[in-house]
Amino acid sequence: MSAREAVKNSSSPKFGVVVFPGSNCDYDAFYVLRKLLNYEVAFLWHKDTDLQHCDVIILPGGFSYGDYLRTGAIARFSPIMNEVIKFADNGGYVMGICNGFQILLEAGLLPGVMVRNESLNFVCKEVYLNIENEQTDFTKGIESKKKLKIPVAHGDGNYFADENTLKELHDNKQVVFKYSSKDGKISKEFNPNGSIENIAGIVNKNGNVLGMMPHPERSSDPVLNKTDGRLIFKALVNNILN
Amino acid sequence: MFKAKVFIKRRPTILDPQGKAVEIGAKHLGLSYIKNTRINKFIEFNVETNDKKSAENEVNDYCKKLLANPIMEDYEFTLEEVKS
Repeated sequence: MSAREAVKNSSSPKFGVVVFPGSNCDYDAFYVLRKLLNYEVAFLWHKDTDLQHCDVIILPGGFSYGDYLRTGAIARFSPIMNEVIKFADNGGYVMGICNGFQILLEAGLLPGVMVRNESLNFVCKEVYLNIENEQTDFTKGIESKKKLKIPVAHGDGNYFADENTLKELHDNKQVVFKYSSKDGKISKEFNPNGSIENIAGIVNKNGNVLGMMPHPERSSDPVLNKTDGRLIFKALVNNILN
Repeated sequence: MFKAKVFIKRRPTILDPQGKAVEIGAKHLGLSYIKNTRINKFIEFNVETNDKKSAENEVNDYCKKLLANPIMEDYEFTLEEVKS
């Protein structure tokens, strides 16, 4: 039985939030999933090798290992990552947010690389995301043509892929989110970091690993008057169960 | 023992925003010949073996798997024998 089939047989999926030294969005992710959405959640310490039967692994935002060398480069070798890679290869759901996306790239679970923002500034602001692929397990069920308002906060979010990789991403419909205007216009003006083709999030070929720079966990609490982020978590859970 | 010196260079096709920004500084300084500034990495460490082949293997491994990202960077290194 594949990891994906196993989840479908359970009543509700269990989330695991990995905690690396330097993670700083781990508690935000935990709070949203546990307190606001009422899912089962466990913290997974980076030195552990037990995924505690989680069905979805979240690699949270932050600055794992101080971003030394390259973002995500050292976290990629934390003991838990071997298990996360095996889990992902077996079809398990993995979601990398911001620094988590960078770790997924370094681990080779997603194609491409992340470089310093074109502006060299740390960019922290609300952006709009156009959903490029509405059929992934992370987006299916979200109101069609909806633009998601979700904040970014990063210094190294300038996604780069060479021509062949880009072609492959498009051929397999792996581009999930692009930075856009409020009404979905995609141009340089709405690109916060210089990312190639305004790419903000991609999935792997199998569609079970998502990496995205914007922070859905920071736009999930109604108290903050913005809840588009939770649409992604809820879509994933619904698609796992149905 | 060997002293390893590793040079890691970003491929020319990959944008280097830091290099670009530093070059703006060069323009402000009034330097007119400076072009194509690239910020690369230089890393030094000891390799505690007396066997050069083993040292090379381990340094290659270190570079390929961790120090450089082969998708966007190339590396080269030198090994200099030193008394431990």
